[in-house]
Amino acid sequence: MLRLVDVVAGYGPIGVLHQISLEVKASEIVCLLGGNAAGKSTTLKAILGLVRPATGSIEFDGQRIDRLPTEEIVRRGIALVPESRRIFARMTVWENLAMGGYTRRANPMQEVTADLERVYTLFPRLRDRAHQHGGTLSGGEQQMLAIGRALMAKPRLLLLDEPSMGLAPVLVEQVFEIIQTINGQGTTVLVVEQNAAVALSIAHRAYVLQGGRMAMQGSAADLLKEDHVRRAYLGED
Amino acid sequence: MLDALGILPQQLVFGLALGCVYGLIALGYTMVYGILLMINFAHGELFTIGAYVGWGVLVWLINAQLGGLHPLWVVPVLLLMAMTVSGVLGVTLERFAYRPLYTRGATRLGPLISAVGASIFLQNAIMLTQGARMKVYMTNLLFPRNWYVHIAGVRISALVMVMISVALSLMWLLNLLVQRTTLGRCMRAVAEDREVAAVMGVNVRQVISLTFLLGSALGGAAGVLVGLYYTQIDFFMGYSAGLKAFTAAVLGGIGNLRGAMLGGLVLGLIESLAVTFLNPAYRDVVAFVVLILVLVFRPTGLLGESVPQSNKV
Repeated sequence: MLRLVDVVAGYGPIGVLHQISLEVKASEIVCLLGGNAAGKSTTLKAILGLVRPATGSIEFDGQRIDRLPTEEIVRRGIALVPESRRIFARMTVWENLAMGGYTRRANPMQEVTADLERVYTLFPRLRDRAHQHGGTLSGGEQQMLAIGRALMAKPRLLLLDEPSMGLAPVLVEQVFEIIQTINGQGTTVLVVEQNAAVALSIAHRAYVLQGGRMAMQGSAADLLKEDHVRRAYLGED
Repeated sequence: MLDALGILPQQLVFGLALGCVYGLIALGYTMVYGILLMINFAHGELFTIGAYVGWGVLVWLINAQLGGLHPLWVVPVLLLMAMTVSGVLGVTLERFAYRPLYTRGATRLGPLISAVGASIFLQNAIMLTQGARMKVYMTNLLFPRNWYVHIAGVRISALVMVMISVALSLMWLLNLLVQRTTLGRCMRAVAEDREVAAVMGVNVRQVISLTFLLGSALGGAAGVLVGLYYTQIDFFMGYSAGLKAFTAAVLGGIGNLRGAMLGGLVLGLIESLAVTFLNPAYRDVVAFVVLILVLVFRPTGLLGESVPQSNKV
């Protein structure tokens, strides 16, 4: 579904990604692991056209998307749950969700309303707070809103950038359960994480980025056995 | 002092009318600031151009000798033409004078300096094409001197009522647009977090263009109202009006639409009080003293700034 081949990207003269290749197949959960500044977020930005690859190609559904404007990439069915949520704090919860469904403004109203209902069923708290400003929500609720907002676009591929960041362990587990539910309903997932233990527990396959290079890849089960991964990301000796 | 109190209600009406116009211009500054974090110093000139377009159309209508020049249709025509020209010019300015800078990663100072340049350029362009002498709005052909009402002993002319109602309805429409429509939501989303708005599928450049269109159009409308009210316009009028409106925007809290409207009204009323109780020559002094006081005691303005941290130009 998504295929990155030898992507080189960065900010100005500073290279962040050095020839990385990655593939996500339909209905998979793929996890991209890596420490700080490994290039995880840049990878997602490159997929969405927020950072332009210098060389290499990015294909979605077999078509090149690496030269398309961001809004066109999004319209083709990719949605993002950004790092540290980045919900619209001065807009209400409902307005945030409406922005999430912006690409579908031409669709029949009932369809979008049905999706809103689906998001509210997944996150009942959002219904209760529909008319509150996003900025007044707790961290956990904001993460729910960020996920709900992305789901409103009815994406076929959902990108999540460190969804566990800043959340209490019990909330982290809840978030990853929800990601699994969403995947079960037919959405392909690419999740970027530092918290390898929880990410690998739900992922089918995983990649490990190090210093902007792909260091490892394999099934989640295999990577969990890998000594290096255990040391670097699971805090084991 | 007693005399002053006697004319106070009258002065307050003038202050209200003036304040509405300040508010209308202030909206343009604050909308652009909210979305790009830059002060569009050329906004005052878009206001001037609105005034000139209105004047030109009015002269044309008078020369065409259409007979009954009733303000009920003439004023909307003047407003529409001025708003169109100013709006399109504002979009052009953004496209060619500011966008090339901020998309290529210039610092926030770049577009700002470009705006100062655009302001000087437009001022001189108006002077070269229209001459340095002032033009006269033949307002009395539209609003005869005997069109007024007395409310509680205050004489309110039809023109002042038109000014206030036009300004307030434009503000009301803008507020409706920003708060209740999809386009308005997009504008607020882009103002808050441009990158995430793009990820929602919003065409950010288009939204920025539309913001310039709306803000500049409101400035153009204000130009017509000021022209009708003061009856004399010149190429330099946008300088002081722009400065006052910018003050109003800061007074209310820059980036905040309601703040701009409130700031405009407050500034207009304060000026009318200064004219009533002090020497009229001090009106600007009083206006700026109030600005300084607000900035000292409430640096984010009356209603608070409304500017995100994440949008760096």
